[in-house]
Amino acid sequence: MTPGSAQGTGVGPARGDAAGSVPGVAESPAPGAGVGTFGAAALIMRRELRLSFRRPEHLVQPLVFFLIITTLFPLGLSLQLSQLRDMAPGVLWGAALLSSLLSLDALFKSDADDGTLEQLALSGQGLTVIVIAKTLAHWLVTGAALVLVSPLVATALDIPASAFALMMSSLALGTLTLSWLGSIGAALTVGLKRGNVLISLIVLPLAMPLLIFGASATERAISGTSAAGPLYLLTALCVLTTTLAPFAASAALKISLD
Amino acid sequence: MWTWFYRLASPPYVYGLATALTPWLLAGAGLAIAAGLVGGLVFAPPDYQQGDAFRIIYVHVPGAFLSLMVYCIMAVAGAIGLIWRIKMGHAVAVASAPVGASFTLIALVTGSLWGKPMWGTYWAWDPRLTSELILLFLYVGVMSLRSAFEDSQRGDRAAALLAIVGVINVPIIHFSVQWWNSLHQGPTIAKIGAPSMPGSMLWPLLAMLLGFALFYGAVLCMRLRGEVLNRERQSTWVREAVRS
Repeated sequence: MTPGSAQGTGVGPARGDAAGSVPGVAESPAPGAGVGTFGAAALIMRRELRLSFRRPEHLVQPLVFFLIITTLFPLGLSLQLSQLRDMAPGVLWGAALLSSLLSLDALFKSDADDGTLEQLALSGQGLTVIVIAKTLAHWLVTGAALVLVSPLVATALDIPASAFALMMSSLALGTLTLSWLGSIGAALTVGLKRGNVLISLIVLPLAMPLLIFGASATERAISGTSAAGPLYLLTALCVLTTTLAPFAASAALKISLD
Repeated sequence: MWTWFYRLASPPYVYGLATALTPWLLAGAGLAIAAGLVGGLVFAPPDYQQGDAFRIIYVHVPGAFLSLMVYCIMAVAGAIGLIWRIKMGHAVAVASAPVGASFTLIALVTGSLWGKPMWGTYWAWDPRLTSELILLFLYVGVMSLRSAFEDSQRGDRAAALLAIVGVINVPIIHFSVQWWNSLHQGPTIAKIGAPSMPGSMLWPLLAMLLGFALFYGAVLCMRLRGEVLNRERQSTWVREAVRS
């Protein structure tokens, strides 16, 4: 494994505490675990980001995938630029969902394979905190990166620059929501050998409302009408998943770990 | 007072109960469906707008209703299994999933057959149709997640959790025709005030609903018996039951 997983975790096994508490998962931060809840979350996030940046190819691949998919549609449909603009929101959102899904498999997998996840679970910090930190780090390197690349794709799809701000904010909300939903799927399939297809099967049905509201927000931004309605709904979905998904994902991790 | 409830956690009791209930449920389902079919296809007058084509409602609405009801039962049974670690909860969830998926498929197929003469198309990307399709995908996801685990206990619990997460889709389907401008017609029975349907059309529909629900109960009991036997195959009571 990469050196980062062995060193610099900071919240590694606090053996003295884990031995005294319930084996498996300690719900509350054990006294004397060294760092508080936020400290632990920050350390896990830093570790995740460091691991990601040590393997830049993993960062770039989903983005390239995003670019390739959006190129496929115009090539296959051979549309006029004006017709392309009508298709653009759907193409953009479909491609964004698919390329975010691509990297979800790795969210817990490598840590579960080398035992880091179990050590994190024994660290005395709640699993929910670990899920939140890992998912946010995952969103930063996939979803947020995708949002930053999206103007490039949008230009190619003939989306006017005036719509960029709304499109990017709707994409940011959508990819964050998808990361939360994906954390549930990744946690459920973490113990499986071939969980990759299954994650898509689990997450995509739940993500369909995202596609509907996201594409309609982008479409309204292009046509210049008010995109407030779908944007509010996207925000609502984002808040809902941010508050509930970490609990579902940590429950799923508990099932997978014991 | 609660002993009847506690006994539901015991596999031999559930097996015996399911065996005893099956013929009654089957008979009730047969009677109700027969009455509903005769009432719906013979006695009910044709719709003033839709003519005889509306009669597909007698299969479509019960199928759609059961698809949601079975999903809720599956999620609740899974939650019971997950929270209190009652194995029979998982058994009910496993036995329900394919039945619910079939009802969803029935609702989708009859709906699209009904859509062709009424809307001029088999399929429209309409909120209710799409959310019902998502329900089918959720059933498929729950079933395939469970079968992906080699350890069946872990599969049970993972699938139960996914079923609980998917419950969020149920109110979306139910209220989709009110929330969005939908091609699908609004509610006729489950609304405040009198149902917007004459009695001669309504009672066969209610009979069909009852019949479908009883049929689900019967199929659930039959599948549950197989499920219990499979899960308890190492225990002595199963060996004795099989031997006798």
